[in-house]
Amino acid sequence: MTERSATGPSGTTVETARDFATHMFAVADAELRKLAHDPWEVLSRAIQPVLWLVLFGEVMAQVRGFAAEGQRYLDFLVPGILAQSVVFVSIFNGIAAIWERDLGVLHRYMISPAPRSALVLGKALSSSVRALTQAIVVYICATMLDVQLSFSLLHIGVVVLLIVLGAGLFSTLSLIIACIVRRRERFMAICQVLAMPIFFASNAIYSIGLMPAWLKAIASANPLTYEVDGLRAMMLANGASTFGLGVDFLALTIAFSVAVIVATRLYPRLTR
Amino acid sequence: MSTAPVVETKRLSRRFGEVAAVDDVSFSVEAGEIFGLIGPNGAGKSTLIKILTSLLPPSSGSATVAGFDVANAPKQVRKHIGYVPHTPSSDRELTGYENLLLSARLYLIPRHEREHRIEEALVMMSLRDARHRMVRDYSGGMLRRLEIAQSTLHRPTVLLMDEPTVGLDPGGRRTLWQHVRELNRTLGTTIVMTTNDMDEAEALCHRVAVLQTGKLRAVGATADLKAIFAPSGSLEDVYETITAGGSPRA
Repeated sequence: MTERSATGPSGTTVETARDFATHMFAVADAELRKLAHDPWEVLSRAIQPVLWLVLFGEVMAQVRGFAAEGQRYLDFLVPGILAQSVVFVSIFNGIAAIWERDLGVLHRYMISPAPRSALVLGKALSSSVRALTQAIVVYICATMLDVQLSFSLLHIGVVVLLIVLGAGLFSTLSLIIACIVRRRERFMAICQVLAMPIFFASNAIYSIGLMPAWLKAIASANPLTYEVDGLRAMMLANGASTFGLGVDFLALTIAFSVAVIVATRLYPRLTR
Repeated sequence: MSTAPVVETKRLSRRFGEVAAVDDVSFSVEAGEIFGLIGPNGAGKSTLIKILTSLLPPSSGSATVAGFDVANAPKQVRKHIGYVPHTPSSDRELTGYENLLLSARLYLIPRHEREHRIEEALVMMSLRDARHRMVRDYSGGMLRRLEIAQSTLHRPTVLLMDEPTVGLDPGGRRTLWQHVRELNRTLGTTIVMTTNDMDEAEALCHRVAVLQTGKLRAVGATADLKAIFAPSGSLEDVYETITAGGSPRA
């Protein structure tokens, strides 16, 4: 039987997992090929973290009290800016989905036998790779600004995992918004409304200890806080986690899993 | 040799609020046929095709494709069909080859067969020389041929096409017809297509179903319909007679 895909039985768990991975990588690979054809989008986005570090970071470094006790502000800021870049790179996954629907490309995916969850995860994976390109820029910029980074392979490996998880989460949230609002104009408006509180109601640019109780409560429910906390522990030479790395991963993993389940249900409706 | 229909609808309806886009439609398509769904804009052709792809659930009635119910076994249906939608679905930011590679992976064509299948599809659709060009630089005809190549790479039992030649010049249309016939003849692919171009229906389809405001008005071989409704006329005359509420003239 040459047409395993068309007529074969569902097969073993191993085959199912392999097929799932093939579907997921097919989607991610197509996205990354597009990026390779036109890398300007990612290159231009890399300007933003550099501006935050060089302009905002250098000026705000003069103000005491933003960072944790005894920490240089620029050191404190670098993981926050990387997390912000992860959010901004990922948030456009949703508008790309609406764009693909309008162009008809989404039909190509939806008409295939690929499980919807594999399509959602494939898109998330491509956002993760985009976000990793931002990490390279932030590491280079931070090194030039004399930030004391940790280059231990273990720490870098954990940073990669945090970025993959964070980008996956925020790109999937963006996809959910796209499936609900369905139109580009509405999507842009909602994302602009959401992006600011996600960023400012987190520990990205100031310590959570500075916040009033109500904002602290919001920040504690904000997944970006856990992304930043994990990055702060792993990126810096003498970094430490406030919540513990286990809590950071747990919070991000739960949020990502819920987002994937919701997006898997909503994604096919975008074609109707 | 099984004689079970490849596509079968029974009292199929789809409502959008108060409007019945497809209204109590029953027909069947045999293996190896090129079957046309013809009718004016708003007749329900695209809705019907979308139901057959499993992308749109029916409101009532049933439809089976390649033996699988579109509502109960949508994944099985999607494995056995190819779909050329009304709006081209190839990614313009990828090359023709990359689009085919994406389809090959989505349909789980085994790795050792992928390149061979892609090459075969490129040759069959006369796109080999343009395989590494960005799709945004393709002509309308090339884009449609790439769509068909992507939709048939996994050798589906049924190819569903929604107005495949709309927007093409006469030369591009005729080239596409040749490719569709070749696909039907060499691979035995059953084809269900919508069109509101009667020349196209007459040139390509073995049988047609005439739809109007969601209802099935007539179904049969083009020659039979002509004999019944417009003995000395064309399919266009048949279509006009049926949609005007006319009766057989023979």
